[in-house]
Amino acid sequence: MTPAILRAGYARGGNALGVSFGHQVKEGDLDTSTRVIVYLEHISVSFDGFKALNDLSLFIDVGELRCIIGPNGAGKTTMMDVITGKSRPDSGSAFLGQSLDLTRLSEPEIAHAGVGRKFQKPTVFENHTVFENMELALKTDKRVWKTLFAQLNSEDTDRIAQTLRLIRLDGQESRPAGLLSHGQKQWLEIGMLLVQEPKLLLLDEPVAGMTDEETERTAELFLSLAGRHSLMVVEHDMAFIRKLGGKVTVLHEGSVLAEGPLDKVQNDQRVIDVYLGR
Amino acid sequence: MIKRMFSFFLLAAALLGTTGPAWSGRAVSPGIIETLAGEDSDAKIEAINRLVRDMPDQALPVLTAMADDSLSIADGRLVIMDGDTATDAVSGETLDPAPDNPEAITVNNRVRSKIAECLSALNLFSKDRDARMTSAADLSENPAPESLSIIEKALSAEKDSEITVKLHVARNKILLAASDPTLRIKAARALADNPTPSTRQLLAGLLLKNGDDFMEPDPDVQAAAAESLRSIDRQLAVGDTLGQIFTGLSLGSLLLLTAMGLAITYGVMGVINMAHGEFLMIGAYAAFAVQSVFRSRFPEYQDAYLLAALPAGFLAAALTGMILERTVIRFLYGRPLETLLATWGLSLILIQAVRTLFGAQNVEVANPAWMSGGVAVLPNLILPWNRIVIIGFSIAVLAAMWAILNLTRLGLFVRAVTQNRAMSGCVGVLTGRVDTLAFGLGAGIAGIGGVALSQVSNVGPDMGQNYIIDSFMVVVLGGVGQLAGAVWAALGLGVVSKFLEGWAGAVIAKILVLVFVIVFIQKRPQGMFALKGRTVESGS
Amino acid sequence: MTHTESLLAAEEAEVADTQASAPPSHIHGQTIRAATGIYAGLVFVLIPLAHLAVPESHGLHASDYLVTLLGKILCYAAVAVALDLVWGYTGILSLGHGVFFALGGYAFGMYLMRGIGLDGSYHSHLPDFMVFLDWKELPWYWLGTGHILWAVFLVVAVPGLLALVFGYFAFRSRIKGVYFSIITQAMTVAFMLLFFRNETGFGGNNGFTDFKRILGCSITAPGTRIVLFALSGALLLGTLYLARRLTASKFGRILTAIRDAESRLMFIGYNPLYYKLFIWTLSAVICAVAGALYVPQVGIINPGEMSPSNSIEMVVWVAVGGRGTLIGPVVGAFLVNLAKSWFTVSFPEYWLFFLGAVFVIVTLLLPHGVVGLFKKIKTLTKGGAS
Repeated sequence: MTPAILRAGYARGGNALGVSFGHQVKEGDLDTSTRVIVYLEHISVSFDGFKALNDLSLFIDVGELRCIIGPNGAGKTTMMDVITGKSRPDSGSAFLGQSLDLTRLSEPEIAHAGVGRKFQKPTVFENHTVFENMELALKTDKRVWKTLFAQLNSEDTDRIAQTLRLIRLDGQESRPAGLLSHGQKQWLEIGMLLVQEPKLLLLDEPVAGMTDEETERTAELFLSLAGRHSLMVVEHDMAFIRKLGGKVTVLHEGSVLAEGPLDKVQNDQRVIDVYLGR
Repeated sequence: MIKRMFSFFLLAAALLGTTGPAWSGRAVSPGIIETLAGEDSDAKIEAINRLVRDMPDQALPVLTAMADDSLSIADGRLVIMDGDTATDAVSGETLDPAPDNPEAITVNNRVRSKIAECLSALNLFSKDRDARMTSAADLSENPAPESLSIIEKALSAEKDSEITVKLHVARNKILLAASDPTLRIKAARALADNPTPSTRQLLAGLLLKNGDDFMEPDPDVQAAAAESLRSIDRQLAVGDTLGQIFTGLSLGSLLLLTAMGLAITYGVMGVINMAHGEFLMIGAYAAFAVQSVFRSRFPEYQDAYLLAALPAGFLAAALTGMILERTVIRFLYGRPLETLLATWGLSLILIQAVRTLFGAQNVEVANPAWMSGGVAVLPNLILPWNRIVIIGFSIAVLAAMWAILNLTRLGLFVRAVTQNRAMSGCVGVLTGRVDTLAFGLGAGIAGIGGVALSQVSNVGPDMGQNYIIDSFMVVVLGGVGQLAGAVWAALGLGVVSKFLEGWAGAVIAKILVLVFVIVFIQKRPQGMFALKGRTVESGS
Repeated sequence: MTHTESLLAAEEAEVADTQASAPPSHIHGQTIRAATGIYAGLVFVLIPLAHLAVPESHGLHASDYLVTLLGKILCYAAVAVALDLVWGYTGILSLGHGVFFALGGYAFGMYLMRGIGLDGSYHSHLPDFMVFLDWKELPWYWLGTGHILWAVFLVVAVPGLLALVFGYFAFRSRIKGVYFSIITQAMTVAFMLLFFRNETGFGGNNGFTDFKRILGCSITAPGTRIVLFALSGALLLGTLYLARRLTASKFGRILTAIRDAESRLMFIGYNPLYYKLFIWTLSAVICAVAGALYVPQVGIINPGEMSPSNSIEMVVWVAVGGRGTLIGPVVGAFLVNLAKSWFTVSFPEYWLFFLGAVFVIVTLLLPHGVVGLFKKIKTLTKGGAS
């Protein structure tokens, strides 16, 4: 299961500063020949002595829908920070596919390599319209010079319209995103992830603040995405997780406590102890 | 005491013994008098040299009078005219009646400086130890070759070891130009024990080349001089380095006084206060006001004004700060960029207000007598008292701050609000009041910083502007809301910029420090002592 | 109107209020064309005619003072628009734009100094201050400054390069918000100190002055003055055009996205570094060109132009007019500078009080400036009418 570390140098883009003008990770850089998309091995992250992640190891397969649960402070958000390049681990390795070293790429580079992230608190561009939000997220060349002269073609507008229908925001295109309801903002953010066409979606509490009906629809949406995309969903809503039905990983104090189908982990004595505070 | 009196007695006896007959009023030779009255400056200087060499005792009153422009010639003798009374310059007896037509001796600047030099040498025989010490010190810095005989005479009489050391230095410096190479070698070697910049310059001068030849022809003397030079350089380097560290520390402690308040206001309220420098200015003007009151009301306690100025500076700045917090800054929390602009506006208003009240010119704030002067640690390292006091003072303020933050209830609240404003509010901390008090505290500390600043720099309406950028650099470097960070950053910046100043000049030093801060932030964006963690970063 | 509806409407109004970024869609192309026409008529026809053709005794004559003042403010307005691009749209508050302005001015000032030729008080080929310093020849960085094309190149290249390098390092290490503002202010001070030194070779604290001619034309001739004035007008027009094109494009939407939610933007694959760097450098270059046009009009450039207070005054023009709009900075530059020239003549001692109060009032009460105030009044009166 060890990724081809030797080939990792290629993914660094040969740039010691970690950034380069317009350097983008190319499509072909993502090598998922072993059917695994995320490798986290022995990751530790600490903030001022507090270990947010403690020797965490986790693997996610291509097309898998993985749910992550765990009490507050278990390290769920920090783990997403590590995958998206926001936090650098003190030790351990994090790879996307076989060859992309996530600990060496910047956030935009990782996003380009195919990782989309939805924040815990819905974050959209509130002063932009729904359509503009989608336009900005759309998978395209995101370098300065290309952007300066960018024009939307009909394919792009079709793609946006199609996704807006999927997230039930059609007809709201010209509404400023700041005026959407909480649930609508959540969906807009998911829609923005979708038009990025990521290989891996990280979804941090995607149904928080949604009505039951909205939650139901979100579950359907995620199930339809699984297979084509890999999904990692962090949630507290057990009913929602049950609907998703995938493998569940329980995090506790920065490392994996249990892993398996929901029924199995729910009956795991250690998990019960952690949740009931014993 | 007895010993001192005894040595005075000995000294007096020695002086009387060696020069005894001179007191009887031996006449100054007519040749000298003529030359002194003449117009030729070179000849006059030569005459003064002869006078000093041959008749040191008569020379003293004569030269003193010359320096005062009261020496005249009448009837072939030297006369001191003071209004209408005339005194014989040599014998000291009053001439009655005064001579009719005294001819004043004119003294130009060149001659005047020569006289001053000689008078200084003649003071070597003064009964006053301090006068002798001053004279010897002058000579050791700038020995005139003609003074050699005087110096040797003084050496034979002098008992005070400090003065003797100085005299030996002076003698050796003169002997560096002696015709006998063995004397020159001896002198060059002996001077190694006098590591002063002037000695260094003199020795280095010997090793300069004049055309193809060295200024010093004899290779043995050259070697001796070179060796002494190396030894002096080593000793001087120590003094220079220590001196730079010291001035750096004193600059750093001033920065610290400014930055501490800034660190509190930014740490607690997230407020970048561009008017912070003006609180310094208010403190300094408070010192000026207190000084004026003491001068007019309690002139006898003048030197104590500084003690009263400290609370005055604190209160004036703290009150201004709290008023501004209540009226303006309060409404801008959470909008740091707007706060920055509004506080800049406030600083303009404060500056103009002080200009209107006190005038646009700098005002004079004097050091109390006990703060003037300094401690000479090494020949080239004198630590001025005012800077020593400021370093000590800032340590005291730092300790007080630490105590307030860690031992008092206000400190507890301040720390609570810094960490989690919303939660503190929930558990009953009156965050509004804490903000006002913390802002007042920050401003007040800047105020006493201003009092300290008034002791070492100019006090004017614009003075705050000069420090604000440096102290922001401290906050940026040290990390937000971190007392320890502020301390290290302030002292580090102070010392580093003083070293750079010595090396590249003040302007380049400032630019280099800025570049350094920018480069540093590349590596540690949150400052030296930043808290890592989720709370620091926003965005998710 | 039901309760929820009215709530929604109120919310909508609030968002519209904070939505200073969006291009002013309610201004139709027609209005813009009309405004451009009036502006062009004033700047390129009426004022030149009033200065050159109307005799001095006539009441409609535009005096030297007036033309110079307006020309100066046109340059300032271009600076304000440039500053608004980085502050109002991208959320980067620069307290260092005075440096770019002054560097542009100095670069062009070098050409003007060389143009004095032998007419200086020392009748030397070298500028007077170099003779005074006993310099025997021009320093290397003065080479070629006698040619206007090289000077114009320097006007753009030097501040542009400075902005590029400074911006790269600052943005790369993600210095944001007040930290960035303070660093830019420190840069300003460093440059001011550098230019105050005589040895730097730019005339020390006297700077450059006593210019004689541009391209062989006397600098005090009315024709020259009008050409410079019209060029300043063209600069402002061009800046506004460019700014409108940029802010209405996807690029402009990315700038506002940086302002509103930079991390979101990073996680959808944009590297904000290069977007910031682009707009920052562009803004600096516009400032530099404005500075280059400003110097021949006022006839002097000295390190005082680099003082921190000058840079921060530029910010207040934008704030007064209304940031995040294109017309706001122009309005602000005119209002503040007209007030300044009135105060400094009539009540010089109250100018700082006034300016300080403007800072406080604008930030406390008028977050969207005069333009925002007008918009609010307009929506309020409309709401009352319907």
